[in-house]
Amino acid sequence: MVDVPYDARADAPPAEVPEVELYHPRSWWTQYVFSQDAKVIAIQYSLTASAIGLVALVLSWLMRLQLGFPGTFSFIDASQYLQFITMHGMIMVIYLLTALFLGGFGNYLIPLMVGARDMVFPYVNMLSYWIYLLAVLVLASTFFVPGGPTGAGWTLYPPQAVLSGTPGQDWGIVLMLVSLILFIIGFTMGGLNYVVTVLQARTRGMTLMRMPLTVWGIFTATVMALLAFPALFVASVMMLFDRLLGTSFFMPALVEMGQQMKYGGGSPILFQHLFWFFGHPEVYIVALPAFGIVSDLISTHARKNIFGYRMMVWAIVGIGALSFVVWAHHMYVSGMHPKFGFFFATTTLIIAIPTAIKVYNWVLTLWRGDIHLTVPMLFALGFIITFVNGGLTGLFLGNVVVDVPLSDTMFVVAHFHMVMGVAPIMVVLGAIYHWYPKVTGRMLDDWMGKFHFWVTFLGAYLIFFPMHYIGLLGVPRRYHDIGDTSFIPSSTHTLNAFITVMALIVGFAQMVFLFNLVWSLFRGRPSGGNPWRATTLEWQTPETPPGHGNWGKELPVVYRWAYDYSVPGAAQDFIPQNQPRTTPAVQGAAP
Amino acid sequence: MVVALILLLVAVGSVLFHIYSPWWWTPIATNWSYIDHTISITFWITGAVFFAVIAFMAYCVFRFHHKEGRRAAYNPENKKLEWWLTIGTAVGVGAMLAPGLVVWHQFVTVPADATEIEVMGQQWQWSFRLPGKDGRMGTTNVRNISPENPMGLNRDDPHGQDDVVIESGDLHLPIGKPVKVLLRSLDVLHNFMVPEFRAKMDMVPGMVTYFWMTPIRTGTFDVLCAELCGVAHAQMRAKVIVQEVSEYHAWLETQKTFAELSGRKAVTKATYKSGGN
Repeated sequence: MVDVPYDARADAPPAEVPEVELYHPRSWWTQYVFSQDAKVIAIQYSLTASAIGLVALVLSWLMRLQLGFPGTFSFIDASQYLQFITMHGMIMVIYLLTALFLGGFGNYLIPLMVGARDMVFPYVNMLSYWIYLLAVLVLASTFFVPGGPTGAGWTLYPPQAVLSGTPGQDWGIVLMLVSLILFIIGFTMGGLNYVVTVLQARTRGMTLMRMPLTVWGIFTATVMALLAFPALFVASVMMLFDRLLGTSFFMPALVEMGQQMKYGGGSPILFQHLFWFFGHPEVYIVALPAFGIVSDLISTHARKNIFGYRMMVWAIVGIGALSFVVWAHHMYVSGMHPKFGFFFATTTLIIAIPTAIKVYNWVLTLWRGDIHLTVPMLFALGFIITFVNGGLTGLFLGNVVVDVPLSDTMFVVAHFHMVMGVAPIMVVLGAIYHWYPKVTGRMLDDWMGKFHFWVTFLGAYLIFFPMHYIGLLGVPRRYHDIGDTSFIPSSTHTLNAFITVMALIVGFAQMVFLFNLVWSLFRGRPSGGNPWRATTLEWQTPETPPGHGNWGKELPVVYRWAYDYSVPGAAQDFIPQNQPRTTPAVQGAAP
Repeated sequence: MVVALILLLVAVGSVLFHIYSPWWWTPIATNWSYIDHTISITFWITGAVFFAVIAFMAYCVFRFHHKEGRRAAYNPENKKLEWWLTIGTAVGVGAMLAPGLVVWHQFVTVPADATEIEVMGQQWQWSFRLPGKDGRMGTTNVRNISPENPMGLNRDDPHGQDDVVIESGDLHLPIGKPVKVLLRSLDVLHNFMVPEFRAKMDMVPGMVTYFWMTPIRTGTFDVLCAELCGVAHAQMRAKVIVQEVSEYHAWLETQKTFAELSGRKAVTKATYKSGGN
């Protein structure tokens, strides 16, 4: 019998599309500023998002100072308080989290993780960032215009948002809507890139079911965003018309401060449907990339394959699809037809099932693992706790009748901060500690990292866990001062002061993190190409940080899934995705 | 293992905080104790899941943290375990959803004998309207609103003439009688919230929303606005006074009707015998 040499490449299906020539920068400007390289664009996105995120952090301090010590700070009045909450919410949800996960992590990781040289439309990708920057600048400019930014709450509900009883009625609301419209245009350009790159530019052998969950999360979130943002787009355009041209899309006949207005025939609830048709998927647009990334962090740092990979993929896709039919759970007490409650409560609670599966699979990945308590792993553990906590309180608010007493109270504030504030930010921070060595070639300082984690995690938990109970008591949200009531015990004020102090401490811990980012850039320990001994492709680049075109002369070929950790019989406790099988299909049972 | 211990303390601490928290829901004042029961069920189920997941995670960190020579197990999937977890979760979700939907059905089914009353919000005050002796309220239109007619009643509607209009006063309600609270707004969204009632609903300009309830204890309760309505949102307050039926009727007789307020020929004031009719 003839011994035929085994050709590993035969196992790898061909790539979807042949390679095309890359755009090559010709000057410093086109290399670092008007760059078409996804990695540079990713860093631009991340720095811009972080900068505006710091503004949101300061705003949160200001509003907490007011809530913790009402009346003490004469420079914060009711108008400004409303402006702070509005800008804080809008920045955190859209300009920070969405931009950072998709524009930042998406741009950096998608091409590297699927084995592409760059995004498929680099020029449009560059435009995406510059339009995003413009949107951020327009948003930031509202702090300096007459009347200041809008104080309509981040949900911008009309008629309030466009009437004179709300701060920022002159310029603030107009610029806010313009900024959102720009953001969506910019995002759409980037989003098309992420989707087409994942579908068309995967390297040879990188089948969909071999993709790391990070890519699955970002990909699904992007598809959702492309479907959901148009609803916000039209709502913004219509409200802009109501405000500037006197149309009545969302404006019924009304009397403002004793004056009959010319509006008539519009529907405020229509806006809410459009807003939440975007707004609920938006929650998962932030959550799914976090789900994906945290799966990879846990798997890598526990040296164990992610448990139930296929179930994890289908859970991501299932959550993505279901999240389009749950939006009105934000509107149980909006005055919409009460029968809607039956449908939306059912869909909302069903979504808990795939979400719970993800949680089980994360903790089951830890089971019989080899858990390295690195900083990224700590943040992943912190994510699981805060996400489980926030996800479970979602079952209160999603179950229509339970929502009735709790809606519009601090319970809601505590819930969504835990589940889509703290939890995704835990993942963002863990991911930065994880991938910083790839981006810079140096490790972040471990001691500062651990300090940062413990203060952030425990502090944030102490802020938001007790806050639920203030809401259960019946303290409404968006009150700059609860004033005198018959039902709120004075101990609540003590708790509010405690929460404020914790918020200041957690905020200052982020300064340690920023210092670490800068310090390690120059003084950090050199990391080498694959400091975590990870399997995925981005760690296998010939250079670190990866050069233009990512892969040198030849694209990598993928022979296995992304989770071959601690494979029995293998010499090391990880096998990179681009390492050929020595004999046909022995190692790595999974796809 | 310090990390495992801290994780466990987070779980234990959360449970202890829940048990000993001095901050809890207000004593209920309506029939909606069903809602409180549903919240209690939800607390039990979610609390158990929370503790189990975090405690399991803490155990994993304790038992499987890295030591020299440790190697992780390799088990990509376990179909059976995954299915059992899925089914268990579905059962838990059903145990919360089913009572929730039953109570919601009660919440949206207004009893036929409920008296309609009206709450109207505007920046930043509350107005109330109670039906007169005919037991019906007249129709309204936002275009009728003027300083003389602050709630916009139709002057030609006979049912409206004896309506009791309370501008910037307190709302009185009789104990033990189901009321359907109709909600209107003149300008922006508001929300009629009384924490002790549990029920609440947005007030939307251009439409009439509602909820129903039966007050079950007397007392004076704070009315708050729960939907952001502009600068003075936090100051938009009033009081609801739930009284014995006889006291309620005595109070009602002292109130002015719409016809009286609008300077028309007086409509006979409603008179009630104690105990109602």
